Amino acid sequence: MDFFNRFAIPNPTPTIYASMVAIALTVIAVIIGLTYFKKWGYLFREWLTTVDHKRIGIMYLISALLMLFRGGVDAIMMRAQTAVPENTFLNAAEYNEVFTTHGVVMIFFMAMAFIIALMNFVVPLQIGARDVAFPRLNLLSFWLYFVGAMLFNLSFVLGGSPNAGWTSYFPLAGTQFSESVGTNYYMWALQISGLGTLMTGINFIVTILKMRAPGMTLMKMPMFTWSALVTNIIIVFAFPVLTVTLLMGTFDRQFGTNFFTMTNGGDDMLWANLFWVWGHPEVYILILPAFGIYSEVIPTFTQRNLYGYKSMVLSMVIISLLSFMVWVHHFFTMGQGALTNSIFSFTTMLIAIPTGMKIFNWLLTIRKGKIRFTVPMLYSLGFIPLFTIGGVTGVMLAMASADYQYHNTMFLVAHFHNVIIPGVVFAMLAGLTYWWPKMFGFMLNEKIGKWAFWFISIGFCLAFFPMYISGLDGQARRMYTYSAETGFGVWNMISFIGAGMMAIGFIIIVYNIYYSIRYSPRNVGDDPWNARSLEWATHNPVPEYNFAVTPQVNSSEALWDAKKNGHKLFKGELKEIHMPNNSGLPVIMAVLFFVFGFSFVFSIWPGVILSGVGIFSSMAYQSYMKDRGKHISVEEIKETEAKFGGGKK
Amino acid sequence: MKINHSQPLEYSTEHNRFSILGFWIFLGAEIMLFGTLFASYFVLVDHTGNGPVGAEIFEITPILMETIFLLTSSFTIGLAIHAMRVGKQKAMITFFIITLLLGMGFLGYEIYDFFMYVHEGATIQTSAFTAILFLTLGTHGAHVTFGLFWGSVIITQLIKHGINYETANKSFIFSLYWHFLDVVWIFIFSFVFLKGMM
Amino acid sequence: MKIKWVILTLIIAITTVLTGCEPLKVLNPKGPQAETTADVIWISIMTMAVVVITVIALYIFYVIKASRRPDDYEPPYIKSNPIVESLIVGVPVLIIIFLTVVTVKSLYVVEAPPEIYENQEPLVIYASSSNWKWHFSYPEEDIETVNYLFIPTNRPIKFKLYSYGPISSFWIPQLGGQKYAMVHATTTLHLAADVPGEYMGRNANFTGKGFAEQTFNVKAMPPEEYEKWVEEVKATAEPLTKKKFDELLEPGHLGQLTFTGNHLGFSPPPMSHGEMSSDTEETDSGLSMQPHESKDKSGNESD
Repeated sequence: MDFFNRFAIPNPTPTIYASMVAIALTVIAVIIGLTYFKKWGYLFREWLTTVDHKRIGIMYLISALLMLFRGGVDAIMMRAQTAVPENTFLNAAEYNEVFTTHGVVMIFFMAMAFIIALMNFVVPLQIGARDVAFPRLNLLSFWLYFVGAMLFNLSFVLGGSPNAGWTSYFPLAGTQFSESVGTNYYMWALQISGLGTLMTGINFIVTILKMRAPGMTLMKMPMFTWSALVTNIIIVFAFPVLTVTLLMGTFDRQFGTNFFTMTNGGDDMLWANLFWVWGHPEVYILILPAFGIYSEVIPTFTQRNLYGYKSMVLSMVIISLLSFMVWVHHFFTMGQGALTNSIFSFTTMLIAIPTGMKIFNWLLTIRKGKIRFTVPMLYSLGFIPLFTIGGVTGVMLAMASADYQYHNTMFLVAHFHNVIIPGVVFAMLAGLTYWWPKMFGFMLNEKIGKWAFWFISIGFCLAFFPMYISGLDGQARRMYTYSAETGFGVWNMISFIGAGMMAIGFIIIVYNIYYSIRYSPRNVGDDPWNARSLEWATHNPVPEYNFAVTPQVNSSEALWDAKKNGHKLFKGELKEIHMPNNSGLPVIMAVLFFVFGFSFVFSIWPGVILSGVGIFSSMAYQSYMKDRGKHISVEEIKETEAKFGGGKK
Repeated sequence: MKINHSQPLEYSTEHNRFSILGFWIFLGAEIMLFGTLFASYFVLVDHTGNGPVGAEIFEITPILMETIFLLTSSFTIGLAIHAMRVGKQKAMITFFIITLLLGMGFLGYEIYDFFMYVHEGATIQTSAFTAILFLTLGTHGAHVTFGLFWGSVIITQLIKHGINYETANKSFIFSLYWHFLDVVWIFIFSFVFLKGMM
Repeated sequence: MKIKWVILTLIIAITTVLTGCEPLKVLNPKGPQAETTADVIWISIMTMAVVVITVIALYIFYVIKASRRPDDYEPPYIKSNPIVESLIVGVPVLIIIFLTVVTVKSLYVVEAPPEIYENQEPLVIYASSSNWKWHFSYPEEDIETVNYLFIPTNRPIKFKLYSYGPISSFWIPQLGGQKYAMVHATTTLHLAADVPGEYMGRNANFTGKGFAEQTFNVKAMPPEEYEKWVEEVKATAEPLTKKKFDELLEPGHLGQLTFTGNHLGFSPPPMSHGEMSSDTEETDSGLSMQPHESKDKSGNESD
């Protein structure tokens, strides 16, 4: 019995049991549905084993949207619990689990995945490549991310969710104060998906450095590709820190070591430091691609070139360097003394300079432009003022002496949501709408999209601006309840209403997807937005090989150049195209990694050893495998091209 | 597969060049990994709790042996790559095998070392210092162990297919990995052991 | 277009509230340290308001202009202008320098004993957190309280903070900013109260299940009244024994408790932050003397 006890939920409630049933039913329904419609083969051959960067991107996207749902439900539950004083909708234990999973899911499994989804889909197209440098590795990256996400979500129904906050500070996250396996899940889910992210980082750096179309020098890359390059460099340097940190955490929890414990020399401050040495760059891993998306959307819909291309690149490089030098600002209150805090206050504020440069460059792009108010542009226009407010509160938080009063309060919560939602989430939604026709060949409905935008932005303001106030009034973050005398009730109620509006906004987006799939016209052409960069030079949706002929580029706005200045993008004859084959091995490795992670979480050592051996065997098998890919003949290309409306593109 | 004969074999195809660049970037990540371990080591080196300090458990002989084994193996893998460049398959395989044997010797001494630490009452659970010591050494040791498996896989392929653009590429990347582990060891030797014994 | 009005209304609403009838705790200081931080906050709000207003004004202006172009308008290709570029770098640099000066100055002020009470000997109070309580030891008076804090007004208070469990953050918003209480190092926080009154104090750093209720009441009173209270405690309260203290450390909530004597003798606090690295041997022996060992029975093993 002891063996099975560990799988029990520590705080079972009817909600959790209901969710278990719901999850089981959904899984059964999906399995029956796939079997009934005989789609297993299609799913496996065309999607799960695909090495096509576009399909991998779409798989990331679907997973990210699923995780957005999970994280969103968590958020609504939190806001509902705190909407009124002394609420009993959730108890302390549940609330702690909910805000922990909200943070982890949103950062790692939603935002990261969404960003990587768009990078996967867009970057190879923007640089005129046929795929990424290591397509099979790319698939493995996706699967590792997916396994991590599933493992993490499994904690909800098996063994208990982590509940020490998404930062998992020790000793709170140690076994003494977090007895359930929840934090083990945290360690392994992040470890496995982090491995995938690291591989993505390497893959995209090589892709961007080595696979650009002829003529596309580094300073002629589209801005989103630039942001992807910088981001992936940050990933490669930041994620190993997380790997080690999580490893130490795992050892402390599962092998009784004393890295962060309260005895035998353990140092709880070390976790905080290491976590944020990774954690702060992580913030820029999320925001830089978002900046890249805005830098694509704003020029397209103001119909002019991006102002200050060089300073945009420079500012990103500076931000990436500074991002590694500011981690202490996450715990100014740790008592490092005035000198250390002064230095980190200064470096933190420095980040405002390159960021401000970007804001002004976007404003100056709008200046002589001619705006088309499309949905992606609306998100970008919403982003500028809202993000500015988030940014300046960031500067306020950077002032260490004042931070002593903001730290750990709702003011901080308001700040980082104020940068992440208008910054990252708006960018994701803008990017989704913008590149949607590229992915699927039809547009999302603009009218419904605008409704969603207004709900989300107004909802955002209502949800998070009151937190600035309640924070200054002394409401600490992560409190599951508060008394009526505190006077926080009003602000939290407004927050709840705002959160509800945002939820409606996201439901409208889901409805929009459904509506557009059914009713949107299909023949939108290859360039429905009158865009500027290379990805719009190929067909909608994109054929497997991306470009029939490799494009020749000589400006940072290749397609615009072609449209306005008559630059000829596609020269030369059709040639046979070499493409990689699909591979089932990453799927097998995903299963093995899942078994590995799961066994480790529950300390089932035989499972760990067997799956570990399996993982190494798969790697060896991969090494022996001779797979030199396939060739698409000229006839096939001609056929495909004809199907897309003919003409050599 | 387009093979460019003006380049060394390991660089001769596009995919080979991608792999080598990708591996260099991976080594960048590895530097961060070991950098984090070293940083944590320096933070925790005095956090010995009730356990022993480094000087009490470090022994010079096995450490010197380990160092000699690993440094020599770094040299022999270099010889293997040289043999590969001049197209001498047999010599290459021989040097590869010697490299792996030396690696095994290193590993053997390291495991012996670990047993000695435990014997002297310094287990991984003793203190924050012993934990980070074992984790740093263990991470390096795990890398060496992985290298042994990886190297064996490459040797079998070398025997089967000889030196071609694929095996050359793999061997070259392996040699980068092996040299990297050597460099990490030099840091461990200097900043963990020598500093600890002084 | 609507969004701008929403934002403007919100900004106006926020400033109204910030300055309005019932002042927010952080901006309603009752001691010199909190006054300093409140001043810094106001300076930063004002500076940042200028930035936000400038950006939003430019934004509104440009967006309106760019949305009212004639049909035949062809947006030009514009290279960046070095003067404009240096302006958008230069002005933020100046703002950052200004704010850095403000920050550094105020940091040294809040990290030191309050200047106006410089000539007074500070009252030392050891404040330690355990799940989910605060223990206040008054070594001078040789008394100890749980979950409430009485302090004299117009006298500097030197808090020595540490924890018997997860990292906690000691916070009395109306008297000053936060500081962490941790297991291995004692941190120091200087506060003082100018005005008699009751203030909210709490742990601001998440410590698990009982975190929301980990609060304490602070009562600042004139020195004479404070002396009277100390005498009263000494006359009436029970002595604090090690056994009793270990019981108090058990996770849970307790009401307000009062003892004579304190736990500093049998359960000394860790070294202060700066002393950590310089004198490790002693730190560690200091650590091992803490009662954590006995609490550690649940162990580190995970099974």
